[in-house]
Amino acid sequence: MSSLLEVKKLKKHFPVKSGGIIPRQTGAVKAVDGVSFDVKKGETLGLVGESGCGKSTAGRAILKLHEPTDGEIIFKGKDITNVQGEQLRKLRQEMQLIFQDPYASLNPRKTVEQIITEPMKIFNVPKRERQKKLSRLMDVVGLSSYQKDRYPHQFSGGQRQRIGIARSLALDPDLVICDEPVSALDVSIQAQVVNLMEDLQQEFDLTYIFIAHDLSVVHHISDRVAVMYLGQIVEIGEVGELYRNPKHPYTQALLSAIPEANPHKQKERILIKGDLPSPSNPPQGCKFHTRCPLAEDICKQVNPELKQVSEHGQQAACHLVKEVVAGH
Amino acid sequence: MENNTPILEVKDLHTHFLTKTGAVKAVDGVSFDIKPGETLGIVGESGSGKSITAMSIMQLISPPGKIVQGEILFEGENLNNKTEKEMRKIRGKEISMIFQDPMTSLNPVFTIEKQMVETIRTHEAMNKKQAKQRAVELLDLVGIPDPEARLKNYPHEFSGGMRQRAMIAMALACNPKVLIADEPTTALDVTIQAQILELLAKLQKELGMAIIMITHDLGVVAEVCDRVMVMYAGKPVEFTDVLSLFDHAKHPYTWGLMHSIPKITDQKQKLEAIEGLPPDLRALPKGCSFAARCKHAMDSCFEVDPSFKQYQANHHVRCLLYENEENEKVVPS
Repeated sequence: MSSLLEVKKLKKHFPVKSGGIIPRQTGAVKAVDGVSFDVKKGETLGLVGESGCGKSTAGRAILKLHEPTDGEIIFKGKDITNVQGEQLRKLRQEMQLIFQDPYASLNPRKTVEQIITEPMKIFNVPKRERQKKLSRLMDVVGLSSYQKDRYPHQFSGGQRQRIGIARSLALDPDLVICDEPVSALDVSIQAQVVNLMEDLQQEFDLTYIFIAHDLSVVHHISDRVAVMYLGQIVEIGEVGELYRNPKHPYTQALLSAIPEANPHKQKERILIKGDLPSPSNPPQGCKFHTRCPLAEDICKQVNPELKQVSEHGQQAACHLVKEVVAGH
Repeated sequence: MENNTPILEVKDLHTHFLTKTGAVKAVDGVSFDIKPGETLGIVGESGSGKSITAMSIMQLISPPGKIVQGEILFEGENLNNKTEKEMRKIRGKEISMIFQDPMTSLNPVFTIEKQMVETIRTHEAMNKKQAKQRAVELLDLVGIPDPEARLKNYPHEFSGGMRQRAMIAMALACNPKVLIADEPTTALDVTIQAQILELLAKLQKELGMAIIMITHDLGVVAEVCDRVMVMYAGKPVEFTDVLSLFDHAKHPYTWGLMHSIPKITDQKQKLEAIEGLPPDLRALPKGCSFAARCKHAMDSCFEVDPSFKQYQANHHVRCLLYENEENEKVVPS
């Protein structure tokens, strides 16, 4: 499998400006600070982390909804980091986004038909084809075509999310970035939408970047998972391997914090103390050292790089984990 | 849990919202009791009536909502008969509540100190200095570092986890006997959620209060609750202790909920979603409200509304599958 998308040392810093008549830049919120990964065609990469770790910003920077500060984005072998104007517009057909909030992401004044066909209109798809596509899309996401003249408020949260999904598929994208697509939904509805997304991936040969904070949903849907902390990837690897044998102390703590639906099991929990430090003033050295139960002196000074930590290609950024050279 | 007299008893509570388009039966026949030191979980999806149950206990239902039937006995006294003035003495002192969203439930224009001191002085005969001292102790108790300096902060200067801690500190200000926690960790990240759950368990042990934990997360239920009530469309459908619920759940809705959560195991199976949508509470279908989504529904389910029946000691269930032995054969083990 070849890479559909490659992200190299991606950075997105938001300037912080001082007040006054002539604002000066006084600092930067380093939302995404040197993130590298690749996504293969047809796979699902899960991007997890706590709020404020930069996972959504990373997703949006890939779509170029945020102008990246630094780094490279290579999509289908082409560097798209500096693509502008008409070229960028064309590119957007191939990359789509599913939003978290099914209430805020649909225009309340438009009917389902207008919402789903809007992207096709923008790209001048002929009317007859639009209609054909509309009924097919509504069918695959589990809506009945008689509902096409209804407005978003006439649907429940789960149904709205289906409308959002249909819209994102209208232009046959290759890559769909799903930003917390199920976190606003109830559990029983969440399962319906997760199943739907899996079916659609099969049917339309889609590649997903699945951004979420719910670790069990990410485990369910992803092939590989990247764990982010304060704008950086601290661990990345194949999903089963990473959940079974997490190497980075943050991943270990994160996984141990999931409450398990099994009252017989007393979980050994690694409690990490305190809150996420501010991304405008991240700690020196390893960004996790302020909360890490294992931190040593070196962690306070040197920011660790991602290195291979298992024979199966799992990578972690931690001084305390031994590097494993592939093939040994 | 030695003390076996319930501190709070809810008997056949019905809270309806009388709208122009008909009565919305948000809570339709809920009964439970809770003993000191116990944690009762109320589980259900949006619109199942779990939060309205909590609001009813606090007497915070405002028109068009109305408690149309039932009793809420706190230490033997019916809260439905209390005046607003009497309720004010109970709210925050005897029964406290923590809300889901710590950002909207703190007042953004006052410092944490002002809000805490106000709460404390409303209920206790303390001067400002004593109340402030108490506030410092409370923030310390919930694990906020440097509490004295933090009191001077406004809510926006706190992180989400700290705000929720401040809320808990405020709710505990007067050593309540019952704490109602309405989705206290839903808005928080898992690591912070783990901290808050740990904190609540520790405080419960120290202070001996009863906790009503309202949540949709079965993981949280497994971790903290002693007994659990599962609600669907305003009615309890299953009520039992936490071990029986996870080992021998009876109601098809409970099965559905458990199968819908993805499990972190190695084999990946398709999630068994509950098909369909919850019913419109204004026009509940005839028969069982879950029948339309139920895989095990029989013809009679669309005709007869099952009663909430005791199936075994401490295990109540509302389902026709358990009405006679013939039906029970289809129950998967």
